[in-house]
Amino acid sequence: MTIFFHELKRGRAAFAIWTGVIAFMVIICMALYPEMKEQMAGVNALFANMGSFTAAFGMDKVSFGEVMGFYAVECGNILGLGGAFYAALLGIGALSKEEHEHTAEYLLTHPVTRLSVTGQKFAAVSAQLVMMNILVTVVSVLSFRVIQETVQTKEFVLLHLAFLVMQLEIAGICFGISAFLKSSGLGIGLGLATVMYFLNIIANISDKAEVLRYITPFSYAEASDIVADCSIDGKMMAVGVVCGVIFLVIGTLYYRKKDIAV
Amino acid sequence: MSEIIQTTNLTKYYGKNRGIIDLNLSVNEGEIFGFIGPNGAGKSTTLRVLLGLVAPTSGSAVIFGKEVGKQQKEILAQVGYLPSEAMFYSGMRVSEVLRLSAKLYKKDCSKERKNLCERFDLDVRRKVSELSLGNRKKVAIVSAFQHDPSLIVLDEPTSGLDPLMQKAFFELVEERHKAGRTIVLSSHVLPEIQQHCSRAAILREGRLIACDSVERLAGKQFRKVEVKGILQAPAIAGVKETKKEQGHVSFLFEGNMQELLDSLRQLPVEDLLITEPELEEIFLHYYEKREEQNNKKRAEENNGKRGEQR
Repeated sequence: MTIFFHELKRGRAAFAIWTGVIAFMVIICMALYPEMKEQMAGVNALFANMGSFTAAFGMDKVSFGEVMGFYAVECGNILGLGGAFYAALLGIGALSKEEHEHTAEYLLTHPVTRLSVTGQKFAAVSAQLVMMNILVTVVSVLSFRVIQETVQTKEFVLLHLAFLVMQLEIAGICFGISAFLKSSGLGIGLGLATVMYFLNIIANISDKAEVLRYITPFSYAEASDIVADCSIDGKMMAVGVVCGVIFLVIGTLYYRKKDIAV
Repeated sequence: MSEIIQTTNLTKYYGKNRGIIDLNLSVNEGEIFGFIGPNGAGKSTTLRVLLGLVAPTSGSAVIFGKEVGKQQKEILAQVGYLPSEAMFYSGMRVSEVLRLSAKLYKKDCSKERKNLCERFDLDVRRKVSELSLGNRKKVAIVSAFQHDPSLIVLDEPTSGLDPLMQKAFFELVEERHKAGRTIVLSSHVLPEIQQHCSRAAILREGRLIACDSVERLAGKQFRKVEVKGILQAPAIAGVKETKKEQGHVSFLFEGNMQELLDSLRQLPVEDLLITEPELEEIFLHYYEKREEQNNKKRAEENNGKRGEQR
């Protein structure tokens, strides 16, 4: 467990920043809601009639005038995109930063197996994501309280569960890629998360791009769908989980035999 | 004496680039074994294969009777490694890096750590990212020695250390040697190998070109002789690799010094320089000797074939 705790310690600054920023943005948005609600009567129709733009952000499915609908769209973007970026950065750096910062030689000449290194590192990535989600969820619940709105528990739980699974999938994919890199892959990680986010938006806008939903994890974590249907698309989530696991396994197997650069 | 390290036809290619080729060597328990060769000869590659950082292309290696690459964790538990360019996790303090290392060995090394840090005058409160090359090396030394490993692998250990610290370092190495530890010392500094190693291997272009006791390797007492004012090297036994330039003759000498001086006295010597040859020149010597042997072998084989044809 030494490497696991070492990773948590090394990642604590990034953890604090990402968690802080995401939680702060959620608070800001929720603080805006009471004021928006008053003006909603007029605005709601507007938001619902912006054509593709409405569909892109799922505002055709939920009512922006209700707190859960508002939360789904706003939170869907903040925690969805923010969490995905954080997950991508954690995953893509996990193994590659050791070689990029030339610390792999130090780490791997200690009596640890490569399998244990990858296992503990991914466990640390997962732990950081879980902790971030717990903290953001707690902040969300508190912000509902503060603005005196009630949380629809089932929708809320499903929503956050979907976000967590999506982040783990992205982290798993990036972690797998990380095993193949010799330099820092920050660009690859962020690029991947961004592309997936936009693939979902494209899929939302056009019916012809429906197939993209199976590629991007943002589809099963589409907040407006989850709140509107009060369920997660299990099939798409399963595809996502399997995809994440496959990348993780391939990366781990490759890393076991990898020639470590000085 | 039992063998701690044994390699069999150990070969490593990085893609098409040569690392090492067909390396067969053994290191005995309790000895200080030297590894000499110019940069790029394959010294570090050999160590990196033994440490499990890179997988051999073919051949195999055994350390403590355990197979390299398969039982690497068990091997590494008894190894201390001092890399030529030590890098640590930025943001960590020296004490944290050393404690992390001890934890990974699952050993309490606090006493030995304190002892070694004092000995090398290392401030454990400093951040590793702020350390100079020499101070980083000291951290690496403590990290390699604090868990008292049975096999200590040193890759260019003195680069970056001042002479005083080099002395302190080799005192530590000698102490561990006396305590029965096995030490592998890779270096391109010939005197280091000559002073401290009992046996050594010479690598050139990825191949082992000689492996013998240091006395026999270097004890041939080669001297590089440069003479100004003469046109021919003196015709006595032991003169090798004569090179002639304008009014200047240089050669390697491996023979009776008195005889050389006697013969030089009779020549119109303007200036005389007798030095220890550079490491590279000794390599060349070994290298050429090997070529000669190969040529001889080939010639014999050809003769043999001709004989058969008749």
